[in-house]
Amino acid sequence: MNMIYEIVNKFSDSIYLNLIKDNRYTNLVTGFITSVEITVLAACIGIFLGLFLAIFRLRDKGPLASFANGYITIIRGTPTVVQLLIIYFVILSKSGLPTVIIASIAFGLNSGAYVAEIIRAGINAVDRGQMEAGRSLGLSYAQTMTHIVVPQAIKNVLPALGNEFIVLLKETSIAGYIGMKDLNKGATSIAGITYNYMVPLMCVAYIYLIMTTSMAAGLNRLERSLKKSD
Amino acid sequence: MIEVNNLHKYFGELEVLRGINASISKGEVVCVIGPSGSGKSTFLRCLNLLEEPTKGEVFLDGVSIAEHKKDIDKLRQKTGMVFQQFNLFPNMTVIENIMLAPRKVLKKSAEDARQRAEELLTRVGLSEKADQYPNRLSGGQKQRVAIARALAMDPEIMLFDEPTSALDPEMVGEVLEVMKQLAREGMTMVVVTHEMAFAREVSNRVLYMDEGIIYEEGTPEQIFLNPQKARTREFLSKVL
Repeated sequence: MNMIYEIVNKFSDSIYLNLIKDNRYTNLVTGFITSVEITVLAACIGIFLGLFLAIFRLRDKGPLASFANGYITIIRGTPTVVQLLIIYFVILSKSGLPTVIIASIAFGLNSGAYVAEIIRAGINAVDRGQMEAGRSLGLSYAQTMTHIVVPQAIKNVLPALGNEFIVLLKETSIAGYIGMKDLNKGATSIAGITYNYMVPLMCVAYIYLIMTTSMAAGLNRLERSLKKSD
Repeated sequence: MIEVNNLHKYFGELEVLRGINASISKGEVVCVIGPSGSGKSTFLRCLNLLEEPTKGEVFLDGVSIAEHKKDIDKLRQKTGMVFQQFNLFPNMTVIENIMLAPRKVLKKSAEDARQRAEELLTRVGLSEKADQYPNRLSGGQKQRVAIARALAMDPEIMLFDEPTSALDPEMVGEVLEVMKQLAREGMTMVVVTHEMAFAREVSNRVLYMDEGIIYEEGTPEQIFLNPQKARTREFLSKVL
């Protein structure tokens, strides 16, 4: 009986110390907001970039296709954290941009390569007849892509795209490397003061889990509602 | 209206078209028949540059389409095409399918495009399907929508690539009926088909293709009742 009491007591002490005392929980709140900001911005950059890279790659020759191929090879072949450091300390070191923007650019550039491969697969899966039908009506290649092929491709690859953004969210936990106070960094900041890692890290893991599972659930709903339309 | 001079098409090493010469005048209905693999569809697809000819020329209203590849979108507005597999856009409703090109290419207003689309749907007997998605339609209905979609661009010539080959037998009639109506209204048409009865009844001229060339051509009477060449006779004896 005494032992249980002691454990509960120790646990609540530790919660108090790590989260409540001196409003330490705010580290997690601001970290959460930063992580979400980076993820959303990076996802937008990623979709935009990925779409163009995918279309470049679909044209099997020419400088644009080579560029896209090289880009995707480099991004997929190097660790994200290295890319993040290179962009922050080398490429954009003198840009004067806020760190959150640099982080978003870095993660967006990274995500774009993966999104490109997903969208390319989706475009390839759209029947060739769709492009032919569009062109036969006098629509240009770009118009046919925009109005006919890409909407169908995106719908086909929505589950894979959703997964990519879940991965992206988790990847942003390395933003601390360039001094961002993201969610993960929030936890280590608290632990740095309290010398207690368990509570802050468990909290962070739990928050990430809630975020990823709700993204997955939202995606499921979106998919279902899109299915209804056809 | 269409002039084809010495058209050749290779797919890699394979020579599919080996020198086609043909001319199609305004108001004519020309049916292209022949065994599978004889190059009928490839020939048709060269007429609006869905396939690029390897050699030879295609003139549309006196304009060489190979020399005006940059304006190909403009030239394609003159040619409507109907495909074997319909190729309706599944992400759009029936009426959106029809309105898309007039809006984006001809820059018609939404009201004008819709009005024209409704007229066309009535013409093909599908006005009540305007707001359905294509996958709710039968094959015959899909093909009639595809015809309406092509007509919405007010083409000067309609190209049909085996329009009834993917249909269940009971739906062939409704599509052929729409095509006959078009022919009666004086539309210039090139029809690749296996429907010999249709070719006989509707066309002004029949092209029999074999071995990548136009092997024999003539009026339906000449081709169906009195073919001159052995291979034509052999083919017709199989399909009639």
